[in-house]
Amino acid sequence: MTPVVQAKGVVKRYGHVTAIDHSDFELLPGEILAVIGDNGAGKSSIVKAICGATSPDAGEILIEGKQVNFSSPIEARELGIEIVYQNLALSPALSIADNMFTGRELRKPGFLGKYLRMLDKQAMERFAREKLTELGLMTVQSIKQPVETLSGGQRQGVAVARAAAFATKFIIMDEPTAALGVKESRKVLELIKDVRARGIPIILISHNMPHVFEVADRIHIHRLGKRLCTINPKDYTMSDAVAFMTGAKEPPAQDAA
Amino acid sequence: MTTKPGYEQVLDGSDTQVARFETRHTLLKRVQHILHNNPTFVPVIVLILSLAVFWIIAGGRFFSAFNLSLIMQQVSIIGILAAAQSLIIITAGIDLSVAAIMILMSVIMGNLAVHMGVPAPIAIIVGCAGGMLAGAMNGLLITKIKLPPFITTLGTWSIFFALNLWLSGAQSIRSQDIDEHAGLLKFFGNAVNIGGARITFGVILMILIFIVLWYMLNKTAWGRHVYAIGDDMEAAEMSGIRTERTLVSVYMLAGLVCAIAGWASIGRVGSISPQSFYEGNLQSITAVVIGGISLFGGRGSIMGALFGALIVGVFQSGLRMAGVDVLWQVFAIGWLIIIAVAIDQWIRRVSA
Repeated sequence: MTPVVQAKGVVKRYGHVTAIDHSDFELLPGEILAVIGDNGAGKSSIVKAICGATSPDAGEILIEGKQVNFSSPIEARELGIEIVYQNLALSPALSIADNMFTGRELRKPGFLGKYLRMLDKQAMERFAREKLTELGLMTVQSIKQPVETLSGGQRQGVAVARAAAFATKFIIMDEPTAALGVKESRKVLELIKDVRARGIPIILISHNMPHVFEVADRIHIHRLGKRLCTINPKDYTMSDAVAFMTGAKEPPAQDAA
Repeated sequence: MTTKPGYEQVLDGSDTQVARFETRHTLLKRVQHILHNNPTFVPVIVLILSLAVFWIIAGGRFFSAFNLSLIMQQVSIIGILAAAQSLIIITAGIDLSVAAIMILMSVIMGNLAVHMGVPAPIAIIVGCAGGMLAGAMNGLLITKIKLPPFITTLGTWSIFFALNLWLSGAQSIRSQDIDEHAGLLKFFGNAVNIGGARITFGVILMILIFIVLWYMLNKTAWGRHVYAIGDDMEAAEMSGIRTERTLVSVYMLAGLVCAIAGWASIGRVGSISPQSFYEGNLQSITAVVIGGISLFGGRGSIMGALFGALIVGVFQSGLRMAGVDVLWQVFAIGWLIIIAVAIDQWIRRVSA
């Protein structure tokens, strides 16, 4: 099975600090891969290198077996890679539909769209409503509602729906449940499983062990700038994972990848 | 739902409502909501009220077609500048150099067409290109050198004003000279008379500029990006908007609109004076703020700035006709600004 993403020997230095130290990374088709690690272990750095937010000093990144060299997340997005940022990257005063299409708006066909560059608001609203309904999120009153009037969980839902609607390769989610309550987290976890059921693999960065162990197919443990090991959550307990990532326990000899 | 960890099993029996609030939909709350969704309502209501009040105070002389069209003429130049200013303020910036760009470009157009014998259409095109260049300078300093818009445009205000004094030799270009060499420069001073009202081409130009910019801001992707940048720059960048490029385009467009205002000002004033509209920068900000466009960016409709400019014009005309001293006009405008911003803050605190 060709990995969807593969990173080999990636290095990234900031001055004297080596954020990524010859690290490897693999995401397989159809899986949820959780990335865990202590603060400062460099888990965001490796993910940033994969999505083009930083360019590595050495090593290579392959998407579906082909080497890529992104200079910005916009390029990664054009390839079908979507990111749900921890702060969601939504514009509060704009509507749900506007937010879903930011940077890839649809224009009206014909003269109006081509020469007057008129947006096709109806089509965008229809599409947004469809996507939110598919994910069971149409509890919001109106698709034209500004995002700032939504609850934290609903906003997260909009951000996930946006990613799910446009991702063709994979989705990166950075701490999607960090700011949410128990019930809202539950909703988002169901959402993540829904997205996997559609065949889109997910990279999930999280500190929340119960959430990680619930949804992840494999867990990538990052320590001191590199991949320490990948484990199957069925074979290990949460305390094992924490012990590996903090260095309290030696990792398993075999690389479960 | 079956894979829930044990400690969450109890959730199944729990209340499915995420939160419940005591909502007492008072009239005031409802008003706040409507205003939040329709930011131009406030200036429209204020405009209608002030028209009515001055009609009662100053009488039919104030509410005549002639006087109302005169108010339109008086606000036309500041109105166009306010349109340019709105673009910048929606991105959460501010442009202190709009009037300086306008005057500099009118001086350039006049110098070329009147003193150097360049055909008027070419002089106008050069002036418009100059406006875009001046805007690009502001935009590049703000995005590339990362200077705050306030400081950048405070600096370019002085720079453009000095260039204007240098190019004009601090001399006005007389009306007769413009008529003789380049009548086209005064095009926007022409007017059509409709039943006592005198509508200058400058007034029509102002309204057209507002309609075009409203369309661009509300009906195109570019416009949505401008709002997104003003709303949350970082989020806009992360959701795939090329923020620097968009910001530079906003400043260039504002510069172009200022240059067009410069052309229109020649028709309005009759001559080209390097000292005119010295307060235009602040007056344009006044119109934008009274028009309900948030200084914090991302909120408000550009049409608000048109109504804001008209409100200022109506107050000045009405108070003058009611025989009130000029100083009280200034006093009233001051209060209008403060009240407008206070209302904006109240509307922004709206709860879902």
